[in-house]
Amino acid sequence: MSTKTYLDAIHDAMWEEMERLPTMVVLGEDIQEGGVFRATDGMLAKFGKDRVLDTPLAESSIVGIAIGMAQNGCVPVAEIQFADFAFPAFNQIISEAAKWRYRSNNAWGCPIVVRMPYGAGIRGGMYHSQSIEALLAHVPGLKVVAPSTPHDAKGMLKAAIRDPDPVVYFEHKKAYRALKDELPDDDYVVPIAPAQVRREGGDLTVISYGFMVHECLQAAEELAGDGVESTVLDLRTLAPLDRTAILDAARRTGKVLIVHEANLTGGIGGEVAAIIAEHAFDDLDAPIRRLAAPDVPAMPFSGAQEDACLPSKETIAAAMRDLAAY
Amino acid sequence: MAIQAKGLEAPVEPDQRLRMYRDMLVARELSDRMFTLNRQGRAAFAITGQGHEAVQVAAAHAVRPGVDWILPYYRDVAMMIALGMKPRDILLGLFAKADDPNSGGRQMPCHWSWPEMRVVTRSSVIAANLPHAAGIAYASKLRGLDEVTLVSFGEGATSEGDFHESVNFAAIHQLPVVFLCENNGYAISESSEKQMAVKHVADRAKGYGIIGQTVDGNDLIAAHQTLSWGVGECRRGRGPVLIEAKTYRFSPHTSSDDDRRYRPREEVEEWAKRDPIDRFRTRLQGEGALTPDDDRALRDTVKREIAEAVAGAEAAPDCDPADTARYVYFEGDSAQQRGAG
Repeated sequence: MSTKTYLDAIHDAMWEEMERLPTMVVLGEDIQEGGVFRATDGMLAKFGKDRVLDTPLAESSIVGIAIGMAQNGCVPVAEIQFADFAFPAFNQIISEAAKWRYRSNNAWGCPIVVRMPYGAGIRGGMYHSQSIEALLAHVPGLKVVAPSTPHDAKGMLKAAIRDPDPVVYFEHKKAYRALKDELPDDDYVVPIAPAQVRREGGDLTVISYGFMVHECLQAAEELAGDGVESTVLDLRTLAPLDRTAILDAARRTGKVLIVHEANLTGGIGGEVAAIIAEHAFDDLDAPIRRLAAPDVPAMPFSGAQEDACLPSKETIAAAMRDLAAY
Repeated sequence: MAIQAKGLEAPVEPDQRLRMYRDMLVARELSDRMFTLNRQGRAAFAITGQGHEAVQVAAAHAVRPGVDWILPYYRDVAMMIALGMKPRDILLGLFAKADDPNSGGRQMPCHWSWPEMRVVTRSSVIAANLPHAAGIAYASKLRGLDEVTLVSFGEGATSEGDFHESVNFAAIHQLPVVFLCENNGYAISESSEKQMAVKHVADRAKGYGIIGQTVDGNDLIAAHQTLSWGVGECRRGRGPVLIEAKTYRFSPHTSSDDDRRYRPREEVEEWAKRDPIDRFRTRLQGEGALTPDDDRALRDTVKREIAEAVAGAEAAPDCDPADTARYVYFEGDSAQQRGAG
């Protein structure tokens, strides 16, 4: 076992896969110098400029070129420097990668990984803080993951690289250096799809993903001090959703709070709530609650306003208390 | 044009010439027929490229089928015929039948996919497959494979950002890509003056530091020479190249538009005098390679073959609604997994 940050986990997953797969290529902007977050640190010297590829500043073709590489025996892992800059690549992700297998009636596959650093809480302002995962989770044909721990970050990135379909991998910027785990030294994967119960308790269920899972766990700890026991479910994969785990967790407690830092309307929380309302209505003891960022276009640069947007341990705990008392 | 002046040779054997001529006839007859089937209410939609046959057949003969990668667009009926796709297979797509080899009835007609021939699936989104061509060619180079990638598109596609991004990337890495623009002067209703301030698409090559070449796309032999040169440049490690074939479409953009609204009839008639099939027939007859009697017999045969293909394809089984949700993701069964080793 070794102590690794969330960023180390991502770096190591790519490094180990690069060693294993001679045609794997990491590509994106500033990749060769190690990446703006250092996720590709040291790779240029180890694997060379052809496999550690600095692309022009052109997000559409970063993904489009990855799609092409994947057709011809390469294993591409594309990095969009910030998820906020992914929109020029949406055509390649949605019109091309997501529909590749379906539109060719399974004659072709599109095994690519698109990494997207996302999330707020780092004073990144409107264009370095967004959580755009719901926009892509809406698109069948894509797999969308948002690991919350270093252990999952490594195991799910390896799973994504080995997946036969396109995977959008959301890595939370605040988690990069804030989170550490003891990770196994041997190769392992964390499969895409299954959610993970992070804490068990019978009074209510909190469902979240990404960095917010840790805020939820702290809030749950606080409430435990008051004798309120919570289940915390980490979705881990946002598309396709683990419906079984969601329904099990909802039924276990009859009260559900869903938390994410993306804005409320059209978010993952709405879909999770709909699944529960549709299939576990009779088991509910309270209306499903959602806690999310307000419907503003993006997180302001102002620290005061950014904090006002983000769910926190305090606001989550308050919502949990309300729900517990219902 | 300029390429011929350079004296570059791309010999075309007599048998090959007759096969090229036949493929153009097949494509024209098939395309006309697909429009008729739409007008008769038997097909929901048709999209074709009557008038583009020469450059398309030339392209198919300039590459090594099954070795080089081909990313065609929806006008490339003649390219696909010349690569060996059967009219019946194209018609299965027209009728959106279960056995449509291009997409199993999921895509509009003429949205090609043929893994065995390295014809890569594409969408309806203009220029979106240009980055794929660059990526495939990058992989060829990385893996040390002697492969060329040919991607075709209309001049409207050259306005898209993906055109710029792809040509730029291919130029930076000197990738073996032939960017083939079939410039027919119109993107649906928009004439090329609305797409660009330069006279020729090939002029844009300078901005990327690569060679651009314009050729008469209605002259099969000239187009074949130019494309053979372009493929050869790529093979010799001097790619990419941007080739612009000047041509014209005699059909509307698709079965859903009326080109009389935006193209003067005199212009269409003027281009009809430069019909690539007529020009090649005249050439073959002048060379004594085709007698008028042989030509008539050949055209009758082609007409009959297309009629038979229509009957067969129209009678083929429809798609099963129960299969609608299949192949959203890899199903791990008999699927042929591509990429990732």
